[in-house]
Amino acid sequence: MLEFIQHLVNGLSLGSIYALIALGYTMVFGILQLINFAHGEVYMIGAFIGYYFARWIGFNQDPSLWALLSTLSVSMIGCALIGFLIERLAYRPLRKSPRINILITAVGVSLFLQFSGQLVFGSDPKFFPQVFQPSGDWSIGELKINPLQVSVFVISLVLMAILQFVIFRTRLGRAMRAVSFSHDHASLMGIPTNKIISATFMLGSALAGAGGVLVGLVYPKIEPLMGTMPGLKAFVAAVLGGIGNVTGAVVGALFLGLAESLVVGYWAPTFRDALAFAILILVLLFKPTGLFGTNRTEKV
Amino acid sequence: MKSVFKGSMPWILGLVAVWGLEFGVADALDPYFFMILMYAGINIILAVSLNLVNGFTGQFSMGHAGFMSVGGYAAAYLSLLVEQSNPEFMATGLGQTVVLLGCLLAGGLLAAGAGYLVGLPSLRLRGDYLAIVTLGFGEIIRVVILNIEAIGGPRGLPNIPALASFGWLYTWVVITVYFVWRIVRSARGRAFMAVREDEIAAESMGVNTTKMKVSAFVIGAFFAGVAGGLFAHYLRYLNPQAFDFNKSFEIIIMVVLGGMGSVTGSVVAAVFLTFIREALRYLKDSGFTQLDYRMVIYSLMLIVLMLTRPNGIFGTKELRDLLPRSWRRKLDEDRFDGGAKA
Repeated sequence: MLEFIQHLVNGLSLGSIYALIALGYTMVFGILQLINFAHGEVYMIGAFIGYYFARWIGFNQDPSLWALLSTLSVSMIGCALIGFLIERLAYRPLRKSPRINILITAVGVSLFLQFSGQLVFGSDPKFFPQVFQPSGDWSIGELKINPLQVSVFVISLVLMAILQFVIFRTRLGRAMRAVSFSHDHASLMGIPTNKIISATFMLGSALAGAGGVLVGLVYPKIEPLMGTMPGLKAFVAAVLGGIGNVTGAVVGALFLGLAESLVVGYWAPTFRDALAFAILILVLLFKPTGLFGTNRTEKV
Repeated sequence: MKSVFKGSMPWILGLVAVWGLEFGVADALDPYFFMILMYAGINIILAVSLNLVNGFTGQFSMGHAGFMSVGGYAAAYLSLLVEQSNPEFMATGLGQTVVLLGCLLAGGLLAAGAGYLVGLPSLRLRGDYLAIVTLGFGEIIRVVILNIEAIGGPRGLPNIPALASFGWLYTWVVITVYFVWRIVRSARGRAFMAVREDEIAAESMGVNTTKMKVSAFVIGAFFAGVAGGLFAHYLRYLNPQAFDFNKSFEIIIMVVLGGMGSVTGSVVAAVFLTFIREALRYLKDSGFTQLDYRMVIYSLMLIVLMLTRPNGIFGTKELRDLLPRSWRRKLDEDRFDGGAKA
């Protein structure tokens, strides 16, 4: 039982990081119907921005909550910029071309970021500085909870709450929802569609950047190819929750995190990477709209 | 009889050339150059077979390396079994040929079975979703292989008999190119392209789109499996890490660069990229640069290609379309005359 709860805790903290990445996927898909394959790489870059920033300031000598928050915000801003550039340089010129071309471009951007990441950052793994060290181990009875994992979970929840607020309570959010409903109608209503799409990319990328820093806290080994797998898994989470649906992405990600940590705990760690894809295939075959998705009929 | 012979002439000439090279100069070649040639051949098979799925049928598959690994492992395991149980047979030239062809066919068929499984979801999925599901299948195949102890698991499968000679490898190259070239010019090939252009319209014209999509996957996977078998019997070592999605991407880059829907384009791109890869390795080894620019250049190539020339270098054209019109007419006449008389 104790072990089970331990796996649950691990799963939730892993799932909350997947959720941060999945939100970006689902937002971009909602607005452009595009799977932004490069999103996992934005998350990787987020981790590296955090790494260099924290080392530059010297936060590893002086860990504090403030250090964590400033690292988070720097990396979020950096990633927002990267997200903006990706959209502007690679996706926008292709907005009107066939889907398959955009898909190939997305794959190209993803590969480009991975391997130029290897050139820029070096391909050896780096150790993320401890920018935040909550004191002691929290324990309830015999159950030991790593306070870092709790902080990751809490910070993710706060960020998601902020996102919910932005999407449903602000003018920007209303414009985003309008554009995702219909580009043409939104622009007829005077909404600057291109700016809103850029904003969506920036918002999603910022969340991925936060995910990168948080993952660096809990699993401190970071390297340029680290983004691919979590990126793909976060996509699975987004599909599981119903792609385009913000709540769905979070629920799907938490579910996937839990499922993974249970598979690692009770079955074989090597099957971990296959699990997400098995879930993906099952979801797409039996309930392609996901848990919360709305059904879109295809018109001739 | 004459007409059949006429249409097949270039292919027969190709085979003659392959075996001429095998017996004439293959041994005299610089071993490094020879190795590049062998990889180029394997890449041609992979690219042309993937083009049938991605280019001609328009089903974007990102799991080709998965099929390659299924075929490679199956063929390697079988030939290892034969070698253990019957070493005398394997020592003879005839035995080696029989074992190689048998194992390649078995590997190809098993990969085709996997292709059937992967093709099934394509009934319901399209575009991005299909792409990511095929990618997922490829990864699942890799994880499964990683967990099978009998074929080495994460350590890989060493000491595979070296059966893949230049002649046999390029015979399969000719077979693959011939097969795909002919199929895209057959009724079924037209149906493939109809599915690519507009699925709903194709269906309303009586094309069984389901069957077409699945059969494209099965044929593509078969040849990928054969390529995997050849790869195994040439390199003599298999490792699941070699078949991750970067391998699939590499094949996709060849197809996209050459032009989705151009057989000769894929051939040219496969050869070109294999040589480029070695040239870049040379730069790295010679100390010109310490960094591996290969994938950076590949990926930039993809992006720039999509921005400037989304159809690839050849588009849907073939090499022969670049010939002067009078030559082309001559070729066409030959073909159509043959058809009419038969």
